[in-house]
Amino acid sequence: MGVSRREFLKLAGLTAALGLGTGTAFELLAPGQVEAGEYLRSENALKAKQWALVFDVKKCLEHGEDCRICIDACINEHNIPQFDNPLHEIKWIWKDLYRHAFTDMDNEYVNDFYKDKPFVLLCNHCGEPPCVRVCPTQATFKRPDGIVMQDLHRCIGCRFCMAACPYGSRNFNWLDPRPHIVHYNPKYPTRRRGVVEKCIFCNEKIDLGLRPVCVDACPVGAIIFGDLYDPNSPVRQVLRKRFSIRRKLELGTKPSMFYLI
Amino acid sequence: MYDAEKIIPGLIVFLIIVFFPYYYTMGRMVPAPKPVKPTKYKKCVEPLSYMRAAHMDLLNDWRNEVVRHEKRVYLSSTGKEWNMSLQNECLKCHTSKKKFCDRCHNYLGVRPYCWDCHFDPHNVKALPHKIMTKETM
Amino acid sequence: MLEKILQGDRRYWIWVSFLLVVIGIGFACYVYQCYTGLGITGMSRETSWGLYIAQFTLMVGIAASGLMVVIPKLLHHYKKFIDLVMFGEFMAIAAVVMALLFVIIDVGQPMRLFNMVLHPTPHSMLFYDMIVLNGYLLINIIVGYNTMIADWKGVPPPRWIIPVAYLGVPWAVAIHTVTAFLYCGLPARHLWHSALMAPKFLAGAFCSGPALLMLILFMVEKVTGYAPTDDEGYQTLAKIVLYAAIIDLFFIFCEFFTAFYSNIPDEKAPLIYMFFGLHGYHRLMPLMRTSLFCGVLGIILLLVPSWRRNRVLLSIACFAIFMWMWLEKGFGLVIGGFIPDPFGRITQYTPTLPECAIVLGVWAIGALIITFLYKMGIAAKRDGQRM
Repeated sequence: MGVSRREFLKLAGLTAALGLGTGTAFELLAPGQVEAGEYLRSENALKAKQWALVFDVKKCLEHGEDCRICIDACINEHNIPQFDNPLHEIKWIWKDLYRHAFTDMDNEYVNDFYKDKPFVLLCNHCGEPPCVRVCPTQATFKRPDGIVMQDLHRCIGCRFCMAACPYGSRNFNWLDPRPHIVHYNPKYPTRRRGVVEKCIFCNEKIDLGLRPVCVDACPVGAIIFGDLYDPNSPVRQVLRKRFSIRRKLELGTKPSMFYLI
Repeated sequence: MYDAEKIIPGLIVFLIIVFFPYYYTMGRMVPAPKPVKPTKYKKCVEPLSYMRAAHMDLLNDWRNEVVRHEKRVYLSSTGKEWNMSLQNECLKCHTSKKKFCDRCHNYLGVRPYCWDCHFDPHNVKALPHKIMTKETM
Repeated sequence: MLEKILQGDRRYWIWVSFLLVVIGIGFACYVYQCYTGLGITGMSRETSWGLYIAQFTLMVGIAASGLMVVIPKLLHHYKKFIDLVMFGEFMAIAAVVMALLFVIIDVGQPMRLFNMVLHPTPHSMLFYDMIVLNGYLLINIIVGYNTMIADWKGVPPPRWIIPVAYLGVPWAVAIHTVTAFLYCGLPARHLWHSALMAPKFLAGAFCSGPALLMLILFMVEKVTGYAPTDDEGYQTLAKIVLYAAIIDLFFIFCEFFTAFYSNIPDEKAPLIYMFFGLHGYHRLMPLMRTSLFCGVLGIILLLVPSWRRNRVLLSIACFAIFMWMWLEKGFGLVIGGFIPDPFGRITQYTPTLPECAIVLGVWAIGALIITFLYKMGIAAKRDGQRM
């Protein structure tokens, strides 16, 4: 008797699909968690509805335009690789000139104090982040305390978030980062090639009751840290007293990084 | 059978290739792995039998809870609280990845991708470093 | 039908061997990319998408263009396209497979791609892209395969195919609309932030896809002597290409007007970089100007009926229209979107050799799929006509 070749192929295909599908179905419908212990937040964890930073640019510039203390603190804390090739650069916090930081604002006739001066830039941890909207796996997501977090374990490296970020805050590991790390912090992991990374607001510190390393590192206290939605936080107090600007407000992202000018 | 002169030799070659690992290692004894146990501490996060069977699932759950749910404290079944971190808690007691983790993983031919990003904090020297020359400074 | 793939003359085997060599080289370069990272390409922190995603966009358009052959036959019972539909769908299958491959090779962690299924994200356009592309592949395989078997037996296709074919009509529009929404929903890139993105993509697809189909069918006719339609059918297809091309050119004109008449610097800058060079950077300029020239040339050659009826001029016109889209969608649009970057700087992009080899490898895979499917399809039609 026998089975025709086409029937055999159809049977083989169906069996393969069933085999793969059943395994997948188990994964999807009943992923299961190990039920041995309980998961708790640290008692010391800092709480907020939307973390924000306010940069006192006057203090920062008066301390010194070449100062890199906050940047180096972040690099050393998070094992950020230093690539020589500018195409592959990875920077979580960095400095750029006024006219590059605020492309929507006038640079030609701005006062001499700010013209062509460096501003400290980083991920804005937007109130309505476009990167979170586009991530297909929720590898980048907004925490309840406002931090736009990066799950390096889930990121597939599609770089859609990099196309969506209006502030150029995101970096991709084009190559293995480890040969380009100058100094390792034994308490923090590195990343591997093929994932997107950015400033994660030192959530590993905040969850344990400490402040971001850039905030602590600044020798003149030019970085003010607090909850944007708490009317009595240091951030809101200083914003009531001084005029501030944010980057590309017209795009509706609601950035949380303020610059006092 | 059509094309018997092609199919039967092909099947024999296939079987030779597929069963190569078995008859190549037949009769050889590979000793069981001996991971070096920590000296200062006696109890792990969970009982030994549980950790042997499920430490990978435990680490996966730790990862999800830390990264996605801001929870960093693990209240284990023994009643003790642990900081959920491979580098800072597990490797605090198991002070050498090479002498503990790698012993069993190498024996079984398992390559967990955790180590692509996480590393042994006691052996930073083994990791590739960037040499800063006068030009790159 | 699969045994037809293994039966062919010398020219067939030389062609298949050549494609396999190109695929092999591309695969070797891809393995190199897997081990070293995407840094072997020309992409950078500021221009983070390159040839892979650009070609993906183009191939989704080619896939959607199967619609232009299906609609006249399915909805309007245009008899000249009865045999053409299967070949249009086979080209769509090859195009969707190429599109999916381009995404897989572009992703930094391909082994984690299943995360998109494990963690569905309804607010992400890439999630919908995955669904519609795979669904479209399924529809075309089902309809194409069953039509081929029915043709081989010399009987009309089974009736249950008709609703599936009907489903394919809005689905084809959906695949390219979702792909356009990947771009036009981003606030960060001003070149892409235009309501015209989806209509422009569709118009471009509907002119370049049938143009490519005609080119392939002309080559197939030279090699096998088989033609799925006669001169009148090809003329109808050429007219479809012409109208879609004119509409697409009009859309481009609208984009230019909106940017330059409003005088908004952020909207003008990418277009100036692409077509005129900006601040001394002009790597894309020759490509974009050539693309526009090809498009206008193709339209002119198609406009005059006597030129359109000449097979040689028609082939040149189809090639020009396809090159227009290949350069504009498959190169310029995606890369131009990143320039200038959010800081107002320009980081130019040049694909590296391994990157080009990988792209050629994917193209060779598409060509191989078309070769195999068309071989089966032509054999099926010939056997069926004998019945």
